[in-house]
Amino acid sequence: MSESKATRVEVRLPSRLGYEKVAMSTAASVAKLVGLAPDRIEDLKTAVAEACINAIEHGNRMNENLSVGVVLQAESGALEVKVLDDGKGMRTQPRKPDIDRKMHGQEDPRGMGMFLMQALVDEAEWVPGVDGASSYVRLVIRLDKEA
Amino acid sequence: MQSETKSRIDKITTPTGHPLAVLRFEGDIASTSREAVLGLYQTLPKEETKTVLLDFTKVEYINSSGIAIVIQLLMEATNAGQKIAACGLSAHFTKVFTMVGITKYASLYASQEIALTAL
Repeated sequence: MSESKATRVEVRLPSRLGYEKVAMSTAASVAKLVGLAPDRIEDLKTAVAEACINAIEHGNRMNENLSVGVVLQAESGALEVKVLDDGKGMRTQPRKPDIDRKMHGQEDPRGMGMFLMQALVDEAEWVPGVDGASSYVRLVIRLDKEA
Repeated sequence: MQSETKSRIDKITTPTGHPLAVLRFEGDIASTSREAVLGLYQTLPKEETKTVLLDFTKVEYINSSGIAIVIQLLMEATNAGQKIAACGLSAHFTKVFTMVGITKYASLYASQEIALTAL
Protein backbone atom coordinates (compact mmCIF):
# COMPACT_ATOMS: atom_id res chain seq x y z
CA MET A 1 0.00 0.00 0.00
CA SER A 2 1.85 3.03 -1.30
CA GLU A 3 1.10 6.28 0.59
CA SER A 4 1.29 9.52 -1.34
CA LYS A 5 -1.22 11.47 0.76
CA ALA A 6 -1.60 12.04 4.47
CA THR A 7 -2.97 9.20 6.56
CA ARG A 8 -4.38 9.93 10.02
CA VAL A 9 -5.47 7.35 12.58
CA GLU A 10 -6.66 8.11 16.10
CA VAL A 11 -7.13 5.84 19.10
CA ARG A 12 -8.27 6.61 22.63
CA LEU A 13 -7.11 4.38 25.45
CA PRO A 14 -8.32 4.03 29.02
CA SER A 15 -5.73 5.10 31.59
CA ARG A 16 -5.04 1.51 32.56
CA LEU A 17 -1.68 -0.23 32.26
CA GLY A 18 -1.73 -2.89 29.61
CA TYR A 19 -3.78 -0.83 27.16
CA GLU A 20 -0.56 0.59 25.73
CA LYS A 21 -0.52 -2.65 23.76
CA VAL A 22 -3.55 -1.45 21.78
CA ALA A 23 -1.54 1.61 20.74
CA MET A 24 1.44 -0.61 19.92
CA SER A 25 -0.67 -2.83 17.67
CA THR A 26 -2.27 0.16 15.96
CA ALA A 27 1.11 1.85 15.41
CA ALA A 28 2.54 -1.39 14.04
CA SER A 29 -0.37 -1.81 11.62
CA VAL A 30 -0.12 1.77 10.33
CA ALA A 31 3.68 1.53 10.11
CA LYS A 32 3.42 -1.66 8.07
CA LEU A 33 0.87 -0.08 5.74
CA VAL A 34 3.14 2.89 5.06
CA GLY A 35 6.16 0.67 4.45
CA LEU A 36 8.29 1.01 7.57
CA ALA A 37 10.95 -1.70 7.82
CA PRO A 38 10.19 -4.53 10.30
CA ASP A 39 13.03 -3.67 12.69
CA ARG A 40 11.93 -0.04 12.78
CA ILE A 41 8.36 -1.14 13.49
CA GLU A 42 9.68 -2.87 16.61
CA ASP A 43 11.45 0.37 17.61
CA LEU A 44 8.25 2.33 17.09
CA LYS A 45 6.16 -0.16 19.10
CA THR A 46 8.44 0.15 22.12
CA ALA A 47 8.59 3.96 21.87
CA VAL A 48 4.79 4.20 21.59
CA ALA A 49 4.30 1.79 24.50
CA GLU A 50 6.61 3.83 26.72
CA ALA A 51 4.86 7.08 25.74
CA CYS A 52 1.47 5.57 26.63
CA ILE A 53 2.74 4.15 29.93
CA ASN A 54 4.09 7.59 30.89
CA ALA A 55 0.77 9.18 29.89
CA ILE A 56 -1.19 6.66 31.97
CA GLU A 57 1.10 6.72 35.03
CA HIS A 58 2.37 10.29 35.15
CA GLY A 59 0.10 12.37 32.90
CA ASN A 60 -3.27 10.95 33.92
CA ARG A 61 -2.02 9.51 37.24
CA MET A 62 -3.86 6.23 36.60
CA ASN A 63 -7.21 8.05 36.68
CA GLU A 64 -9.44 5.77 34.66
CA ASN A 65 -11.88 8.62 34.07
CA LEU A 66 -9.24 10.17 31.82
CA SER A 67 -8.18 8.75 28.49
CA VAL A 68 -4.93 8.77 26.56
CA GLY A 69 -5.10 9.96 22.97
CA VAL A 70 -2.89 8.45 20.32
CA VAL A 71 -2.77 10.18 16.92
CA LEU A 72 -0.76 8.66 14.10
CA GLN A 73 -0.10 10.64 10.97
CA ALA A 74 1.90 9.47 7.98
CA GLU A 75 3.04 12.26 5.69
CA SER A 76 6.10 13.38 3.75
CA GLY A 77 8.15 10.24 4.30
CA ALA A 78 7.65 10.06 8.05
CA LEU A 79 5.24 8.65 10.57
CA GLU A 80 4.40 10.97 13.45
CA VAL A 81 2.79 9.73 16.65
CA LYS A 82 1.36 12.07 19.28
CA VAL A 83 0.43 10.63 22.67
CA LEU A 84 -1.75 13.05 24.62
CA ASP A 85 -2.76 13.10 28.27
CA ASP A 86 -4.28 15.48 30.79
CA GLY A 87 -1.09 16.14 32.71
CA LYS A 88 1.15 19.18 32.79
CA GLY A 89 3.81 17.55 30.66
CA MET A 90 7.41 16.56 31.20
CA ARG A 91 9.73 19.41 32.08
CA THR A 92 12.87 17.29 32.27
CA GLN A 93 14.86 16.01 29.35
CA PRO A 94 15.54 12.28 28.96
CA ARG A 95 18.72 11.11 30.61
CA LYS A 96 20.70 8.09 29.55
CA PRO A 97 20.35 5.44 32.26
CA ASP A 98 23.52 4.82 34.24
CA ILE A 99 23.52 1.06 34.77
CA ASP A 100 26.34 1.25 37.33
CA ARG A 101 24.39 3.71 39.47
CA LYS A 102 21.27 1.57 39.15
CA MET A 103 23.18 -1.56 40.11
CA HIS A 104 24.56 0.18 43.19
CA GLY A 105 21.17 1.50 44.30
CA GLN A 106 22.15 5.11 43.55
CA GLU A 107 19.57 5.51 40.79
CA ASP A 108 16.00 4.19 40.53
CA PRO A 109 15.98 0.99 38.45
CA ARG A 110 12.96 2.48 36.65
CA GLY A 111 12.90 5.75 34.73
CA MET A 112 14.11 4.51 31.34
CA GLY A 113 10.98 5.21 29.32
CA MET A 114 11.89 8.66 28.04
CA PHE A 115 15.39 7.52 27.17
CA LEU A 116 14.06 4.57 25.18
CA MET A 117 11.61 6.77 23.29
CA GLN A 118 14.35 9.19 22.31
CA ALA A 119 16.82 6.42 21.44
CA LEU A 120 14.43 4.39 19.29
CA VAL A 121 12.83 7.02 17.06
CA ASP A 122 14.27 9.84 14.95
CA GLU A 123 12.65 12.67 16.90
CA ALA A 124 11.07 12.82 20.35
CA GLU A 125 9.60 16.00 21.74
CA TRP A 126 7.73 16.62 24.99
CA VAL A 127 5.22 19.45 24.67
CA PRO A 128 3.56 20.84 27.82
CA GLY A 129 -0.10 21.82 27.58
CA VAL A 130 -0.74 25.55 27.20
CA ASP A 131 -3.23 25.58 30.07
CA GLY A 132 -1.27 23.27 32.36
CA ALA A 133 -2.98 20.22 30.92
CA SER A 134 -3.39 18.43 27.58
CA SER A 135 0.30 17.85 27.10
CA TYR A 136 1.72 15.43 24.60
CA VAL A 137 4.80 13.64 23.43
CA ARG A 138 5.52 13.72 19.71
CA LEU A 139 7.48 10.89 18.16
CA VAL A 140 8.67 10.88 14.56
CA ILE A 141 10.13 7.96 12.69
CA ARG A 142 11.35 8.42 9.13
CA LEU A 143 10.32 5.85 6.58
CA ASP A 144 13.57 5.84 4.61
CA LYS A 145 15.99 5.36 7.52
CA GLU A 146 17.41 2.04 8.65
CA ALA A 147 17.69 1.20 12.36
CA MET B 1 -4.91 -6.54 29.42
CA GLN B 2 -1.31 -7.42 30.18
CA SER B 3 -0.78 -11.12 29.75
CA GLU B 4 0.21 -12.87 32.91
CA THR B 5 3.88 -13.71 33.28
CA LYS B 6 4.41 -17.42 33.65
CA SER B 7 7.74 -18.57 34.97
CA ARG B 8 9.46 -21.73 36.12
CA ILE B 9 12.89 -23.01 37.04
CA ASP B 10 14.76 -25.79 35.26
CA LYS B 11 17.99 -27.09 36.74
CA ILE B 12 20.34 -28.34 34.06
CA THR B 13 24.04 -29.02 33.54
CA THR B 14 26.29 -27.46 30.91
CA PRO B 15 28.24 -29.73 28.51
CA THR B 16 31.29 -29.09 30.72
CA GLY B 17 29.42 -30.28 33.80
CA HIS B 18 28.53 -26.98 35.48
CA PRO B 19 25.13 -26.83 37.20
CA LEU B 20 22.87 -24.09 35.97
CA ALA B 21 19.46 -22.74 36.98
CA VAL B 22 17.34 -21.64 34.05
CA LEU B 23 14.49 -19.22 34.78
CA ARG B 24 12.04 -19.53 31.90
CA PHE B 25 9.57 -16.72 31.32
CA GLU B 26 6.46 -16.63 29.18
CA GLY B 27 4.05 -13.77 28.43
CA ASP B 28 4.75 -10.11 29.18
CA ILE B 29 7.52 -8.72 31.37
CA ALA B 30 6.00 -5.56 32.83
CA SER B 31 5.25 -3.92 36.17
CA THR B 32 2.99 -6.83 37.14
CA SER B 33 5.82 -9.37 36.67
CA ARG B 34 7.71 -8.75 39.92
CA GLU B 35 6.66 -11.97 41.61
CA ALA B 36 7.13 -14.10 38.49
CA VAL B 37 10.62 -12.72 37.85
CA LEU B 38 12.18 -11.50 41.09
CA GLY B 39 10.05 -13.68 43.37
CA LEU B 40 10.94 -16.81 41.44
CA TYR B 41 14.63 -15.90 41.39
CA GLN B 42 14.56 -15.41 45.17
CA THR B 43 13.45 -19.02 45.68
CA LEU B 44 16.79 -20.25 44.35
CA PRO B 45 19.22 -21.25 47.11
CA LYS B 46 22.03 -18.73 46.64
CA GLU B 47 24.78 -20.96 48.05
CA GLU B 48 24.07 -23.71 45.54
CA THR B 49 23.31 -21.54 42.52
CA LYS B 50 26.36 -19.94 40.97
CA THR B 51 25.02 -19.37 37.46
CA VAL B 52 21.52 -18.34 36.38
CA LEU B 53 20.27 -18.24 32.81
CA LEU B 54 17.19 -16.11 32.08
CA ASP B 55 15.26 -17.58 29.15
CA PHE B 56 13.14 -15.01 27.29
CA THR B 57 12.36 -17.22 24.28
CA LYS B 58 8.60 -17.14 24.93
CA VAL B 59 8.42 -13.47 25.94
CA GLU B 60 6.83 -11.14 23.40
CA TYR B 61 6.62 -7.85 25.27
CA ILE B 62 9.03 -6.23 27.70
CA ASN B 63 8.60 -2.63 28.82
CA SER B 64 10.80 -0.33 30.89
CA SER B 65 9.09 -1.42 34.13
CA GLY B 66 9.89 -5.03 33.25
CA ILE B 67 13.50 -4.13 32.46
CA ALA B 68 13.69 -2.44 35.87
CA ILE B 69 12.67 -5.74 37.51
CA VAL B 70 15.39 -7.56 35.55
CA ILE B 71 17.89 -4.96 36.78
CA GLN B 72 16.78 -5.58 40.37
CA LEU B 73 17.37 -9.30 39.81
CA LEU B 74 20.84 -8.49 38.47
CA MET B 75 21.54 -6.37 41.56
CA GLU B 76 20.65 -9.21 43.89
CA ALA B 77 22.59 -11.74 41.85
CA THR B 78 25.68 -9.55 41.67
CA ASN B 79 25.57 -9.01 45.43
CA ALA B 80 25.32 -12.79 45.88
CA GLY B 81 28.31 -13.39 43.60
CA GLN B 82 26.21 -15.15 40.97
CA LYS B 83 26.76 -15.05 37.25
CA ILE B 84 23.71 -14.08 35.19
CA ALA B 85 23.16 -14.61 31.47
CA ALA B 86 20.11 -14.29 29.26
CA CYS B 87 18.99 -16.08 26.13
CA GLY B 88 16.16 -16.04 23.65
CA LEU B 89 15.68 -12.28 23.39
CA SER B 90 14.47 -11.03 20.02
CA ALA B 91 16.87 -8.86 18.02
CA HIS B 92 14.87 -5.81 19.12
CA PHE B 93 15.03 -6.56 22.84
CA THR B 94 18.70 -7.53 22.53
CA LYS B 95 19.19 -3.99 21.22
CA VAL B 96 17.10 -2.49 24.03
CA PHE B 97 18.94 -4.45 26.75
CA THR B 98 22.23 -3.30 25.21
CA MET B 99 21.05 0.34 25.08
CA VAL B 100 20.26 0.44 28.79
CA GLY B 101 23.58 -1.18 29.72
CA ILE B 102 22.42 -4.59 30.92
CA THR B 103 25.15 -6.28 28.86
CA LYS B 104 27.70 -4.92 31.31
CA TYR B 105 26.28 -7.25 33.97
CA ALA B 106 24.72 -10.09 31.97
CA SER B 107 25.84 -11.80 28.78
CA LEU B 108 23.17 -12.20 26.12
CA TYR B 109 22.97 -15.29 23.92
CA ALA B 110 20.68 -16.01 21.00
CA SER B 111 19.62 -19.39 22.36
CA GLN B 112 20.02 -21.70 25.34
CA GLU B 113 22.18 -24.00 23.22
CA ILE B 114 24.66 -21.20 22.48
CA ALA B 115 24.58 -20.03 26.10
CA LEU B 116 25.42 -23.51 27.37
CA THR B 117 28.54 -23.73 25.24
CA ALA B 118 29.73 -20.37 26.58
CA LEU B 119 28.88 -20.66 30.29
